[in-house]
Amino acid sequence: MKEYWELFLVFFKIGAFTFGGGYAMIPLIRNEVVNKRNWLKDEEFMDTLAISQSIPGPMALNTALFVGNKRRGFKGSLLSGLGIILPSFIAILLIAIVFTQFKENPVVERIFKGIRPAVVALIASPLLSLGKSARISWKNAWIPVAVALSVWLLHVSPVYIVLAAISLGILHLFYVKQRIKR
Amino acid sequence: MELFQLYITLFLVFFKIGLFGFGGGYAMLPLIQHEVVNTHNWISVSDFTDIVAISQTTPGPIAFNSATYIGYTAVTNGGFGNVEGIIGSAICTLAVSIPSLILMTLVCLFFVKLKKNQWMQASLSVLKPAIIGLIAAAALMLMNNYNFVDYKSWIIFAVVLLASIKKTDPILLIALSGVAGLIIYR
Repeated sequence: MKEYWELFLVFFKIGAFTFGGGYAMIPLIRNEVVNKRNWLKDEEFMDTLAISQSIPGPMALNTALFVGNKRRGFKGSLLSGLGIILPSFIAILLIAIVFTQFKENPVVERIFKGIRPAVVALIASPLLSLGKSARISWKNAWIPVAVALSVWLLHVSPVYIVLAAISLGILHLFYVKQRIKR
Repeated sequence: MELFQLYITLFLVFFKIGLFGFGGGYAMLPLIQHEVVNTHNWISVSDFTDIVAISQTTPGPIAFNSATYIGYTAVTNGGFGNVEGIIGSAICTLAVSIPSLILMTLVCLFFVKLKKNQWMQASLSVLKPAIIGLIAAAALMLMNNYNFVDYKSWIIFAVVLLASIKKTDPILLIALSGVAGLIIYR
């Protein structure tokens, strides 16, 4: 019982104190789960991250679910998952209720006129470093370019992009294996 | 009845977003925008950009934040009250998380060293560069007349882009551009 509660609390704390989500959460999760509590070894933590990135959904949620499941099975993952979801749920719900009333306010509108292009810049800025870490070269640069153009200009649903990318990757391995056999 | 149908649609759409949202964060934005802005018209493009801005300055991953926010707004914009809106936002937040819960449970059950499995590796080999394309699409889709009203918008964009590449704190950048907006748009 005590450990369920602890799982909930640890991930509630992580959920409440990480702004911006995603990669910003990794050092905090590592500190709580590896350094403070010894729930996972450092190497296991790296594997957890790799798996969390390989399945769909926010990485922070996936990591929380994995750690919860490792500690206390399905119920453990339910509690760690709830823990990481609740803080942002409460915060955004309050903002949604309040913001919808202030949105038409001219001062708020001026502020957001300044913020909107900044948000677009924040989305674009990690592209370079991500390209490096995903080993984008002249050989495979057509993939992100084709994806970006077809989603942006042709309005292709990202669902099809994901399905096509997974199939292409598997087909490629299949083809390579066939060639080795011969 | 109409409310019930809206709840079902919201659930299905956010379940889909959770299921196909590889790469997390920004990579999920085009999918969310495609569904909630283009297909279902629950919110406008500038509302969507505002949600991303709010997500940057509040705790938690962007996928949860937009699920919570859109769940509430879609229901209240549909002419329903506060309580119905809160239920809607709970439905969306759960719906976006359930695919991860199911998949993680399966992964933990069959914990074959997934990381080293060659078929897993193969399926990620094209997906990883594709995710970068999705993030680029997220930025391109938001570069429109609603978010970029004049040349000043482009100046803000350029300055923030450079500062962010130099690892300036995103929350600080959003706060500063808010102040800039307040000063230059009179």
